[in-house]
Amino acid sequence: MLTYIIRRLLYALPLLMAVNVLTFVLFFVVNSPDDMARMQLGQKHVTEQAIQNWKHQHGYDLPLLWNNDKIGGKKITETIFYQKSVNLFLFDFGISDSGRNIGSDIRQRMWPSLALALPSLIVGLLVNITLALLLVLFRNSYLELGGSVLLVMLMSVSSLFYIIGGQFFIGKLLKLVPISGYDSGFAAVKFLVLPVIISVVAGIGSGVRWYRTLFLEEVEKDYVRTARAKGLTETQVLFKHVLKNAMIPILTGVVVVLPLLFMGSLIMESFFSIPGLGSYTIDAINRQDFAIVRSMVFLGSVLYIAGLLMTDISYTLVDPRVRLS
Amino acid sequence: MLVLWTDALIYLLIVAATMLAVYMSRQAHMRRPLKKIAASPVAIASLTLLLCFTLIGLADSIHFKDDNSKGNEAISLLDIACATMRAHGEKTYSAPFSAYAYGKENLTAEDGSTRWDYPRLQYGGAHLKNPEQQLTGDVFRKVVGGLGKGAGLMLMILLFAWSDKRERGKRLFRHPSAKAIWLVLFVVVSSFYTLFSLSEYYHVLGTDKVGEDVFYQTLKSIRTGLVIGSLTTLVMLPLAIVFGIMAGFFKGWIDDVIQFIYTTLNSIPSVLLIAASILMVQVYMANHPENFNNLLVRADMRLLFLCLILGVTSWTGLCRLLRAETLKLREMEYVLAAQALGVKPAMILFRHILPNVMHIVLIAVVLDFSSLVLAEAVLSYINIGVDPTTHSWGNMINGARLEMAREPVVWWSLTAAFVFMFALVLAANLFADSVRDAFDPRRAERG
Repeated sequence: MLTYIIRRLLYALPLLMAVNVLTFVLFFVVNSPDDMARMQLGQKHVTEQAIQNWKHQHGYDLPLLWNNDKIGGKKITETIFYQKSVNLFLFDFGISDSGRNIGSDIRQRMWPSLALALPSLIVGLLVNITLALLLVLFRNSYLELGGSVLLVMLMSVSSLFYIIGGQFFIGKLLKLVPISGYDSGFAAVKFLVLPVIISVVAGIGSGVRWYRTLFLEEVEKDYVRTARAKGLTETQVLFKHVLKNAMIPILTGVVVVLPLLFMGSLIMESFFSIPGLGSYTIDAINRQDFAIVRSMVFLGSVLYIAGLLMTDISYTLVDPRVRLS
Repeated sequence: MLVLWTDALIYLLIVAATMLAVYMSRQAHMRRPLKKIAASPVAIASLTLLLCFTLIGLADSIHFKDDNSKGNEAISLLDIACATMRAHGEKTYSAPFSAYAYGKENLTAEDGSTRWDYPRLQYGGAHLKNPEQQLTGDVFRKVVGGLGKGAGLMLMILLFAWSDKRERGKRLFRHPSAKAIWLVLFVVVSSFYTLFSLSEYYHVLGTDKVGEDVFYQTLKSIRTGLVIGSLTTLVMLPLAIVFGIMAGFFKGWIDDVIQFIYTTLNSIPSVLLIAASILMVQVYMANHPENFNNLLVRADMRLLFLCLILGVTSWTGLCRLLRAETLKLREMEYVLAAQALGVKPAMILFRHILPNVMHIVLIAVVLDFSSLVLAEAVLSYINIGVDPTTHSWGNMINGARLEMAREPVVWWSLTAAFVFMFALVLAANLFADSVRDAFDPRRAERG
């Protein structure tokens, strides 16, 4: 087990390296630092001196990959690639283009993101599984037909409409909860209720359909027939046998997204002005702050790879048939 | 005639789709699932609706140089059809079927006195002398008249088709699927006829902030949605098919490399990858203005880039499916037999593997379509979608979102975008479901 984990971790290294090179190419080779400086300082009436200053301030005045002016190891270290990319491996994100420390920003904004994403995930999971089980329980009836039609319709509505509709009806017309905003500590709950509800409702369409197919696949297996044959009621079969066996794909599907919860949801956070990492990213995109976007890309990949690793490990924990090799 | 990049690719796509359809209808093993789709009224009805959307999108993809403007602008067939809507621009917001503007203004009466009231619209309901009393009656008369004419048109076509006495012609009416087609066509044609005829006198879906007709905007947005949903596929398919089949068939280091590539791409959050790429494109465009002097060309290039990037980020899922399927197929007897006979690997891939994974490709394409249309709206909201000057549902939602706080609420832009988007995505989803049911062997056995 330990060797497996170590090997997977070693496999993650080249992946992260590739991600790093890819983002580097995307950010620095397609456009030179001069272009970025001009973008930041405004298009017109920028003196050469201002561009040089900006580049020096943000450490973009070095050569891209190879510095001929320096000696020895500094030939490699005194370059943009080394300075901007390798430090990411040590989770040293540096300062953003607008001069803030990205690392401390991320540590601070991680928690509101988590406060929104975790309840959404848990409540969504419970609601989806319950509804899917109900649909499977009433299969081959008009209830299932109606439910399926409703699910397709729910799935066909853009998530933006759920948010706008929810904010309008619950927030503005009924005035049950504040439309948007955030507060520290437990005062945040009243701000979080609406976004959690909306993200659960928005996820019902595709979520319930996915779980339903999982359950339907299990229902046709032999052990279910045996369970029925020995006289269990349909509810007992569903909850004791089908649910338990379907838990394996459900669990692994959840585990893979767990680390990404820290990244938050881009749209929900910006609509409800929750100061999490999602809205942080959106602000960075809108302000065209390359340093932040690059850090978030890297962080996202690290978390995704961590999720993959956790999935593999959780497989062995819940399903004794799977042996890691 | 003026051909934009996306136009050319759309024509290419249409040709490819037609060829695929012809090829598939000739293959015996493909005919069974196709017949299954044809037998389902829901699938056929949603396909008809999709084709109606495609027709509008196509009409919007045939561009001409506009003679009236100063030569730098292009208009499409759809623009010509909507000439009145384009010309009837108001100053700012106005509600659907309203004869008055949204906001009050200082009005000067004939006798020189001024009052603070809602001004009349320049075009909406301009033919009425006394809108307060005449409006409802006039709208009702025009709706009934338009519906009558549209329905009459359809009835005439129906009668012509019905008069066909041959057995083959008769079948066009008896089958439930055929009835579904006629029903959808009937509803679409008569309602569009009504909306078009009404839009000469009113703004049927209101006007937006700069006074542009919302109905016209929604119609124009159809093309953007379709382009994103379909052109992305064009980018994605070659990557996914070539890499997926090769990884599964050759195994060894090729498999390792390809797996490495798609795990890397997958591990970057796709929204961020798209954002980064679009940022880069923006910087590139800002620094090379000479290549993008025309507004339409600029917007078109950005749309194309967006499709490219979406394609690059979304091929990995299909690639993985194809790899797994090819791994299974390469152990099949017929592949072994081909190998034993000395058939070259390239030939085996082309003749034996590719046709047998086509159903997976087909299912993935139709399933992806609706999610891509939905993704466009979200991306436009984050400002990394299509160009702000392009008509798209995402831009419409984005523009109208903040107006929900106004009093009275400006609801018509959102509603229009909602209805059209919902219709397109729902049709796509229903069609995708039946395609999956028909082509997926595991589901097909279940009946």
